[in-house]
Amino acid sequence: MSASSAASRPAAMLGLSIREVSQALRDGRVSATELCRKCINQIQRTRYLNAFITITEETAMEQAQRTDSRLRTGKKGIPFSVKDNFCMENIETPCASGMLKGYVPPFNATVVQKLLDQGAVLVGKTNLVEFAMGAGSTDGVFGPVRNPWSYTSLYREQSTEDPDSDWAITGGSSGGSAAAVASLSSFLALGSDTGGSTRNPGSLCGVVALKPTYGLLSRHGLIPLVNSMDVPGIMTRSVHDAATVLRILQGRDERDSTTVQAPSTPPRLPEHFDIRDICVGIPKEYHAPGLSKDTLAQWSRVADMFEQAGARVQEVSLPHTQHSIVCYHVLCCCEVASNMARFDGLEYGHCSKVDSSTDAMYATTRHEVFNSVVRRRILSGNYFLLKSNYERYFVKAQQMRRLIAEDFKNVFRTGIDVLLTPTTLSDAARYSDFIQEDNRTRSAQEDVFTQPVNMAGLPAVTVPTALSHRGLPIGLQLIGQTLQDWKLLTVAQWMEQKVNFPMIHLHGESNERELNRSVRERTHTIGS
Amino acid sequence: LGPVMLDFSVPIRRWVMCRQFQCHQLFISWALLSSLPQMVGVVGLEIHAQIQSTSKLFSGSHVRFLAPPNSLVSHFDASLPGTLPVLNRRCVEAAVLTGLALNCTINRKSLFDRKHYFYADMPAGYQITQQRVPIAVNGMLVYSYFEGRRRNQVVTKSVKIKQIQLEQDSGKSLHDDERSQTLIDLNRAGVGLMELVMEPEMCCGEEAAAAVRELQLILQALGTCQANMAEGQLRVDANVSVHRPGEPLGVRTEVKNINSVRHLAKAIDYEIQRQMEVLQSAGKVLNETRAFDSKSGNTIPMRDKEGLQDYRFMPEPNLPPLFVYESEASVPAGVDPAQVVVIDRLSGQLPELPSVKRTRLVETYGILQEHSFTLVNEDGLIDYFENVVQTTKAEPRKVIGWVIKELMGNLNSQNLNVSQSPISPCALAELISLVESGHISSSTAKQVFQEMWKAPEKTVGQIVKEQDLWMINDKEELQKICKRIVDSHPEEVQIIRGGNKKVLNKLMGEVQRETKGRTDPVQIRAILEKMVS
Repeated sequence: MSASSAASRPAAMLGLSIREVSQALRDGRVSATELCRKCINQIQRTRYLNAFITITEETAMEQAQRTDSRLRTGKKGIPFSVKDNFCMENIETPCASGMLKGYVPPFNATVVQKLLDQGAVLVGKTNLVEFAMGAGSTDGVFGPVRNPWSYTSLYREQSTEDPDSDWAITGGSSGGSAAAVASLSSFLALGSDTGGSTRNPGSLCGVVALKPTYGLLSRHGLIPLVNSMDVPGIMTRSVHDAATVLRILQGRDERDSTTVQAPSTPPRLPEHFDIRDICVGIPKEYHAPGLSKDTLAQWSRVADMFEQAGARVQEVSLPHTQHSIVCYHVLCCCEVASNMARFDGLEYGHCSKVDSSTDAMYATTRHEVFNSVVRRRILSGNYFLLKSNYERYFVKAQQMRRLIAEDFKNVFRTGIDVLLTPTTLSDAARYSDFIQEDNRTRSAQEDVFTQPVNMAGLPAVTVPTALSHRGLPIGLQLIGQTLQDWKLLTVAQWMEQKVNFPMIHLHGESNERELNRSVRERTHTIGS
Repeated sequence: LGPVMLDFSVPIRRWVMCRQFQCHQLFISWALLSSLPQMVGVVGLEIHAQIQSTSKLFSGSHVRFLAPPNSLVSHFDASLPGTLPVLNRRCVEAAVLTGLALNCTINRKSLFDRKHYFYADMPAGYQITQQRVPIAVNGMLVYSYFEGRRRNQVVTKSVKIKQIQLEQDSGKSLHDDERSQTLIDLNRAGVGLMELVMEPEMCCGEEAAAAVRELQLILQALGTCQANMAEGQLRVDANVSVHRPGEPLGVRTEVKNINSVRHLAKAIDYEIQRQMEVLQSAGKVLNETRAFDSKSGNTIPMRDKEGLQDYRFMPEPNLPPLFVYESEASVPAGVDPAQVVVIDRLSGQLPELPSVKRTRLVETYGILQEHSFTLVNEDGLIDYFENVVQTTKAEPRKVIGWVIKELMGNLNSQNLNVSQSPISPCALAELISLVESGHISSSTAKQVFQEMWKAPEKTVGQIVKEQDLWMINDKEELQKICKRIVDSHPEEVQIIRGGNKKVLNKLMGEVQRETKGRTDPVQIRAILEKMVS
């Protein structure tokens, strides 16, 4: 295939899975340099999505050229992108906050290093909400991320407004990563998942998004939100790819004391396995208010699919799930208050010019750059942690957290292998609708199905299932047992093969130039 | 022995006397004023001991005193976002060893917590400590001090150790008043500390000082802390209150900024007296932090950290519970015993502790108990002493006099430590042997000792020969000398013969002067007695 013909049909090469494109690289059908160039071009073409904070064009091209000159096999030359809350040596990592504007970490996050060690090529750092706090990818300092599916023909044909005012959100907080994978700019992207931040945008953007078991992947180099729940997330366009990446990233890291030894995993997911051996649980509490008709229909359809194929499908109960969000709110705020205490302007990051006293400098430094969401969480967290409140809030929330985790254990003890649930209440909201409510309300609504999993540290994956009547993706979530990530992905792959989710086709390129202008200033391109 | 125990022989003796006098005065005046029982001081200590380790508690940075500023700072120490703590096994082992030496119960499972407060030399905005479940609890420290007019009666007491917890040290702020700047050095940030909390069971500065001195010796013997207060390896804060026995404890103050054992005793006694005076004049003792001012010997209120601090403790989410195991057999399957802390293994490594050493010295060598304290207190002195004992036939009880009086006297006056002594144990043994064998007199030997000190390159024999100090053992010569003295002192001889034998001593003195002390007094006395009788 010549370079020019590939460029005219980006999806031809960029739409492949990691497995397929690795084969193409090995066969010499495409070089790492060509592939990298195609991704960079695709990023530029879809800049209106605002998926990237930094495009690492120069280093990416150099890395790709080095890969080509060595001609090695493996995952060499696969372009990937990383959520901007992972530290990378010599690459500015603002974490969508004014606090870390200009901050260049001196080390690589372990998970990023592992991908680089495999020869994968980093094309950019993706957009998020400030410090990953929120479910919309709408309120970071670099502006909101747009859902690529709201730029497909199907969505545009239904819309009466112009593409710059009527578009859907990506969900969050890893919205940039989801958009990058969905818009074919990257074959894989790393996100992070604290309450659903990988699965939520994964579902709304129609990609496979895996939140592994807590402790299976290193958090070293991940700027923390809630240490006891944060997990690096994996976003790809197929379950098989997610398994491949999981295999590379998993395992103990001596720099993260909460990591565990990975169970031994075969080189690839089994192509054929007997679904009749599997027992699927349907938690009745997940029939939540606000669940959209489309999503409910997909949930039923897939449950039936399992049943018809001979899997045992049964209703289960997770009685404490309903309290999960409020407990999460307490625990999250407490850890945020604590984790954010380091941002005092002294060692790195933003520093106020006010220097009348050390305390005044701290106060203004923090006030000047933290947005209202961050500030609110810090204030609440410090309130919950006061000596007089600690028992009433933090301890209670921890106790409830244990009960929520017990619920899952009890269900799995009855022989359930995986739980099937919706990932989100509905397909992606229109941006203009979404911002009618504040961040706190949205987080509470959006995380309802994803968040209990983080409380219990379990693995979960969202698989794109179908398009809604608006032409936007709907995903369903599978939840597995601790350290049974591989089994979870095996079932997810079976489901993926059955549901037949369509490939994205972005609407014509006529409006792109105008859209690009609105986001160009906010994106920082290294070496261009 | 108070003075020897506390390192600073002369000044502290004076001070101890003076303090006792003051207290005495005070007690009398209260007794007159009221019929209530006398008020007493109550002292508890909080001690931060810097763990002797090559790297920090949660990072791989090196630990070194007086390194160039900010040269020992890892990404974690500077609290870069995304960095995580990794526990240093050596620090845990040091805490367990210390716990075992102080008769603590070692918690098989302990937990880490975050203690929040903003401070420029604490980059994360919190300190990782062990607030809820510390590594060791319920220990006891046995210590002794000396009482009596000659301060040679040993009093032995004990104080309960409530807990030992592992925690991070902070960095250092250096204030440049001229440019009104504060400079921050993070070299110390994250160094491992053991915080030891002692129950309020002591009553005065002397007890607290003795307890801390004993703790220093134990930590140094274990090698878990260098325990030098002046270098900040051991930081002692005192909680002080006063009450009448039988009544609830009074409001306490916390006294900080104490950089020697001597100052500790001084600060506590000042504070006890101050509080008593406040209460006597119907005032109220405030619950506050006070700093000891070594120049005036007073404690003064420290600038309050804006009222009550709420540290907003919470569990440290990045560190799993810390497990230590009883024995290798109790290490669970799948865990490498070499990678975990095993109590049995550490118990086997416990060295001889100071109290055991002292008992052994007293029993083995028959020396006085107070001397055993001096031997144990000085680094290297036991080895020195035992070396001398082994190389000479002299009684250990004679050797100890030389070691404590001559050797330590000279070392102290020149501010040297034992390893810097110009006189080797061998040389001292040789000198003592010459006295034992009657080749030189003991008064000459003291003179020779000073010469040896000045000229360590010379042998004992050389000095004795050069200065012509060999003992005169020749009977005839001694007779001649005595004759000369008797002849030149006819009046004295007359008095002696008249019955006043005491005057014989004058004649003996004359002989000693004539011979520069190179004679045996017993022999001379015998000859003189014969001549004047």
